[in-house]
Amino acid sequence: MLGGLAVLLLFLLIGEAVAALGVGLPGNVVGMLLLTAALALGIVRVEWVRRSCDVLLDNLAFLFVPPGVGVMLHFDLIGRSWPAIAVAVVVSTVAVLVVTGVGSQWLFRHKGRFLGSAERRR
Amino acid sequence: MSEISPALFWVTLSLLTYMAARAFYARIRFALFHPILVTMALIIALLHVGGIDYDEYMSGGRVITFFLGPSVVALGLPLYLRLQELKRSAPAMLTAVLFASAVGIVSVVVPALMAGAPQMVVRSLAPKSVTTPIAIVVSESIGGDASLTAAVVVVTGILGAVIGPLVLRLVGVVHPVSFGLAMGAAAHGIGTARALEEGELQGAAAGLGICICGVMTAVLTPPIVGLLLG
Repeated sequence: MLGGLAVLLLFLLIGEAVAALGVGLPGNVVGMLLLTAALALGIVRVEWVRRSCDVLLDNLAFLFVPPGVGVMLHFDLIGRSWPAIAVAVVVSTVAVLVVTGVGSQWLFRHKGRFLGSAERRR
Repeated sequence: MSEISPALFWVTLSLLTYMAARAFYARIRFALFHPILVTMALIIALLHVGGIDYDEYMSGGRVITFFLGPSVVALGLPLYLRLQELKRSAPAMLTAVLFASAVGIVSVVVPALMAGAPQMVVRSLAPKSVTTPIAIVVSESIGGDASLTAAVVVVTGILGAVIGPLVLRLVGVVHPVSFGLAMGAAAHGIGTARALEEGELQGAAAGLGICICGVMTAVLTPPIVGLLLG
């Protein structure tokens, strides 16, 4: 557990360092991709990080409570334009969900057709 | 209070409130009573009534949010475990999220403008679907307010986590990768937490959704907002 946490923090640290060079992704996302790569290359073993990852990911939602409470700082600004913000955020969130979900599912199901045509062209 | 650490008090209170909210949610199973939403509402109400400011709460809040960093890194494990399945789907996922990112920016900017929101608010809303660190950088680069963006990002995440599974079921999304990808793309980490409840593959796809949507939104937001707002 402690060893796993150390590995995760080390990758976060490396991720932050790489992100500081300006790759357009935050350090934690860079750390995530580096951890996947390290696992794939056998540099890190699954057993080392499994328990720590499970504990953190099982409770991920809780970690968003403080940023959620931070919304109170903007009650004034949000309050003044709240109908516009509410409509826009709801419309857009539904749009992203539907386009991503339906779009990717459609592509998965019809992939045979695309791959087939690509191979014929080749 | 001088003997008691405020950080200890706020962490304990947050944890107990969250446990209670989760137990309540497990009974009632009504999406609007999502544990994060209930917990933050109760804590905000308490701070308001007690005249306590956010900074004081954050002495404990910081201890909790510290673990967000390693938790995002931890998403690398499900991603690795499901790599073979996800690799096959990579072109479809990239294409779907590319369109979704563009639609996500346009569909928040246009309604906000039509509803009469000030320019600064519209600019702050544009990158609302992506993870906070990316959203803040994008918002600042197009003349938005970083802290308003941070608040809207959290609101979007909670909204996506609450309505996401329902919306996806209504439009017939049953593929676990599509489900996860949509939750991560629309509602970043909070959507991912919800996707993980459905399964490891959903969680892994959501982690990728955060990553792909984050990159594409960072690239697409400045030109799209420039086009729409001049």
